Amino acid sequence: MTAESTTPPREPDAFEQAMDRRPVKGRSLWVDAWHRLKRNKAALAGAGLLVVIVVMVTIGPMLNPWDHEIPDWDHYSTPPSLETGHLMGTDALGRDLFERVMVGGRISLLVGLVATLVSLFIGVLYGATAGYLGGRVDNWMMRAVDAIYALPFMFFVILLMVVFGRNIFLIFVAIGAVNWLDMARIVRGQTLSLKNKAFIEAARASGATERQVIVRHIIPNLLGVVAVYVSLTIPQVILVESFLSFLGLGVQEPLTSWGALVNEGAQELETAPWSLLFPAAFLAATLFAFNFLGDGLRDALDPRDR
Amino acid sequence: MLNYSLKRLASAVPTLLILITVAFFLIRIAPGGPFDSEKALPPEIEANLEAKYQLDDPLVVQYVRYLGDILMFDFGPSFHYRDWTVNELIAQGAPVSFTLGAIALVLAMLFGTTIGVWAALKQNTVADYATMSIAMIGISVPNFVMAPLLVLAFAIGLGWLPAGGWDGSVSRMVLPSIALALPMIAYIARITRGSMIEVLHSDFIRTARAKGLPEREVLVRHALKPALLPVISYLGPAAAAILTGSVVIERIFTIPGIGSHFVQGALNRDYTLVMGVVIFYGVLIIVLNYLVDLVYAWLDPRIRYDN
Repeated sequence: MTAESTTPPREPDAFEQAMDRRPVKGRSLWVDAWHRLKRNKAALAGAGLLVVIVVMVTIGPMLNPWDHEIPDWDHYSTPPSLETGHLMGTDALGRDLFERVMVGGRISLLVGLVATLVSLFIGVLYGATAGYLGGRVDNWMMRAVDAIYALPFMFFVILLMVVFGRNIFLIFVAIGAVNWLDMARIVRGQTLSLKNKAFIEAARASGATERQVIVRHIIPNLLGVVAVYVSLTIPQVILVESFLSFLGLGVQEPLTSWGALVNEGAQELETAPWSLLFPAAFLAATLFAFNFLGDGLRDALDPRDR
Repeated sequence: MLNYSLKRLASAVPTLLILITVAFFLIRIAPGGPFDSEKALPPEIEANLEAKYQLDDPLVVQYVRYLGDILMFDFGPSFHYRDWTVNELIAQGAPVSFTLGAIALVLAMLFGTTIGVWAALKQNTVADYATMSIAMIGISVPNFVMAPLLVLAFAIGLGWLPAGGWDGSVSRMVLPSIALALPMIAYIARITRGSMIEVLHSDFIRTARAKGLPEREVLVRHALKPALLPVISYLGPAAAAILTGSVVIERIFTIPGIGSHFVQGALNRDYTLVMGVVIFYGVLIIVLNYLVDLVYAWLDPRIRYDN
């Protein structure tokens, strides 16, 4: 019951050579996965929703006449209305909420992406090293991961933010640096099991160099798991960033993020509920879409549960 | 079993030591100190204050002394709440945080497993898809978003429940514990559904059905226990999630627990208070994880013989 057992059989290089390198028309892992993903309506809906959100966040501020910092002196805490031109209303300081939600969305998505890449980099490097080296080194490396794993992470991130000031680049690094453990475990397990697979041995036996083995056989087989994991990590990271910003430790003025906006909205709950509802809806919709897409990708690329 | 439990216990000690060490040095290298204020203190007074709290020794000496103090369960005086010791502050907040966390955990287990089993029994029906979509929404709405929304609906809109505060009455516990429990209910429901479906397709269930047991017996006597195993192992992370969640939930509902001390303490550079909360929560999580592992090993013999 491992992921490899379900990947479509690959023609070994030796066979290709013997068959005069006649191209073998097989369905690759990715084509296969794409077919499965296309049938999953929830995942497609999630992907669609994400595209809509990304497009809105990217071009929204360009079409909107208001600035996210400069207040509209005539409209404080006004509800959404077409007449005033504030599509989502204004906050207590008279700033256009639509503009703020869009600008905040850029930051939230950016943090999600960059911090995930950081954790991806650390996790893959650590996990692949441990898995490839194996033996005692692997044992100790993974023991360290287990020890760190049992720690309450959020507390460390909060401490890191307090210690190093509330810098946006630090948010990337801090979140990424504590989020790499899962990635390291997954990549290590995958590398370890791949290393001893028959098709790797076959490739070696047919004279493939170490480099070819890694590039043609190990990396493509890691990619699926990594892709699934990335799509599930991004929403987690966005969540952590909003959590920090909600506490006032994350993104600072004049920049904003969905978490910071939810915090502001929660304080104006009674007088201006829209200033909570819009950022909350965007945050939830984004997480929702990522989670559905990630689930769909997992079913498509790693279909052992179905 | 004894062997296994001792082994696991031995691995908990380094984890705790890492936790204490990293937290200690992190908060110490933070710029600023506990006695900073708008007006700079005369150097003599600052030196006196530091001498009083023994902050003038080299950091390593302080660290070793702190480790010694912790062994005696002495977390020292708070730097910010001048007349309080950290022990007193934690003793005051802990019962409140415990009550809230325990209610949330019970709610999550009860509803999560029930919903999960129910969805598994209706697998691939409209009811199943609807439940799981709602569960996905539950996971996607973080508790600090859920909390103000609940306040908006039930406290401000309908006026059924108070919006915050804590006096031990049930009405004030309802909203915070639901806000804390909802994402977990959704998560547990998903885990339970997945494992229940897997169990229902396994051979021993087919055997149970084949020997003519009524479906009810099959579920209760054979399917339920293995299906709940993954939920048990989720309890460790769940406890951590509750503790983290308490930081925001206690703030939103102005609840005087220990979660609220953490962020404020870190911002005030209240070294001892932050360390006290970190260690307290850290020990709690490590102990809970340990217990969960023991229960798991007890329920699933494969684990203890593997190691």
